[in-house]
Amino acid sequence: MKESKRSSRRQLLRIGAALGGGLLAGHEGVLAGDNAPGQLGAPLGPYGERSPFEKAVRWRRDSKTPETGSSFTPLQDSVGTLTPSSLHYERHHSGIPSIDPAQHRLVIHGMVNRPLSLTVAEIRRLPSVSQTLVLECGGNSGSEWAAKTGPDVQRSYGLVSCSEWTGVPLSLLLAEAGVQPGASWLIAEGADACRMERSIPIAKALDNILVAYGQNGEALRPAQGYPLRLIIPGWEGNANVKWLHSLKLTDQAYMARDETAKYTELMPDGKAWMFAFQMDAKSVITFPSGGQTLPGPNLYELTGLAWSGRGRIERVDITTDGGRSWVKAKLQEPRLPMAFTRFRLPWRFDGREAVIASRAVDETGYVQPTREALIAVRGTHSAYHFNGIKLWKVHADGTVTNVEA
Amino acid sequence: MWKLRVMLLAGAAVMAAQSPKYGVGSPATPEQIRGLGAAIAPDGTGLPDGSGTVAAGREVFAARCSKCHGEKGEGAVGPLLVGGQGSLATAKPVKTVGSYWPCATTVWDYINRAMPFDQPGLLKPPEVYAVVAYVLNLNGIIGNDQVMDAKSLPKVKMPNRNGFIKDPRPDVGKRTKP
Repeated sequence: MKESKRSSRRQLLRIGAALGGGLLAGHEGVLAGDNAPGQLGAPLGPYGERSPFEKAVRWRRDSKTPETGSSFTPLQDSVGTLTPSSLHYERHHSGIPSIDPAQHRLVIHGMVNRPLSLTVAEIRRLPSVSQTLVLECGGNSGSEWAAKTGPDVQRSYGLVSCSEWTGVPLSLLLAEAGVQPGASWLIAEGADACRMERSIPIAKALDNILVAYGQNGEALRPAQGYPLRLIIPGWEGNANVKWLHSLKLTDQAYMARDETAKYTELMPDGKAWMFAFQMDAKSVITFPSGGQTLPGPNLYELTGLAWSGRGRIERVDITTDGGRSWVKAKLQEPRLPMAFTRFRLPWRFDGREAVIASRAVDETGYVQPTREALIAVRGTHSAYHFNGIKLWKVHADGTVTNVEA
Repeated sequence: MWKLRVMLLAGAAVMAAQSPKYGVGSPATPEQIRGLGAAIAPDGTGLPDGSGTVAAGREVFAARCSKCHGEKGEGAVGPLLVGGQGSLATAKPVKTVGSYWPCATTVWDYINRAMPFDQPGLLKPPEVYAVVAYVLNLNGIIGNDQVMDAKSLPKVKMPNRNGFIKDPRPDVGKRTKP
């Protein structure tokens, strides 16, 4: 009698929990409950959610035009070297289109022998490759050129993410279409509302560009170009055209708005760089970083991320005394070219103010410069390709800010 | 850039010799290609028929563009489109169509594909020609009576057409010792 009463009460609890879970998105009603002995957890589900206790989200500015702008990856909450697709940074120019892959076509035309229309299914049938690569917005850390630099790592360095991308080499598709002699550029266009376009030298297409359909083990997210996008290893994010539907082969660059008015770097003499595609070596400490607080003097693991558009990370140096001395951090292996490399260094915070920073060196021997060295050559109006060393100040009370605070 | 071009041409020639290995896809039809965004080259390749005057552009601009860019392109929610000539090498550079954009064809291409912001692709080619004429006129680049069409637009000399250089990196961050 007692037994059956108990089991019916338990059943009732279970129904209540299931209902609650259904009503509160993310099964909060189930997971937030205590794990009393004998109480079952949530049932199996078709598509996973993270724990409701985890709160890391992308950050974006309030905007009257939220269809254009950027959302920043919470690097301060990252562990390891991969960015979850749901936290990958975004940069859109006219909103995220909703595309039925069955209706989508990639058209290769212009200076080709066989203008081709390809379905997503046809592309997915071809020999594929997967590659773990950083994607970084050309404008990442753009705010660092200003006198007051960003207060935390998300807002100042968060337009960068790292994913495993899967797709077909663009060179394979071009061979199918048959590139005509004299073709030297590709004009890539997306199927978003503004039909965003970029000109890309064909030499890079023959080298290592991917037409990607997969990210981190599943299809691209809509915000990342579903169902097809370009992935251009080491090059600024904007050129990695999302929602790719057109590749036109031409004998000239088309001087699109995003390679003339934008994504060009204005120098102090009034001249501007054009077609500066590659992203330079860069690193930043993600813990401890701006906005975080160390609970008190103790031994901590200082950690962060380093990457280079020109290859592997060779070394990361760390200073905890404002740049007077540097020590080598331990690098996570394997160090993949043009992917995130996580670095780590045990560090004892003794309760005295400390200025900390990381400095990356890539396999070409390039050394991440200071902000001052960049400004000395490029001034403060180049807007893009900022890769300077980021200094954090750990205050005596354990709070962490940028150095201007 | 020229050296790069020669290299690219050589690469393209190699590609052309290849025949399809997988035979994937269908022939793209002219209708399909027309359905894609019209990409306009600096020499005017891709520009459609039609033409537009400054006066017609003033009207289209007032109806479709001024809400975001201001009545005379002075900027509001959207960026300013006018002014800034001679400012690029100063402490306060102002980048606009007039001061910064190197090619008039880019203005046509961008307005045609991306404007108005909330209804991209709304404008018909004559309206695009007209708005381009108006914006160029506001910047003092073309006269009040100049008409923009596929022939005249690529010939417009933008003030900053020679303002761009090739990527010189590594300009900083070079290794100091081997």
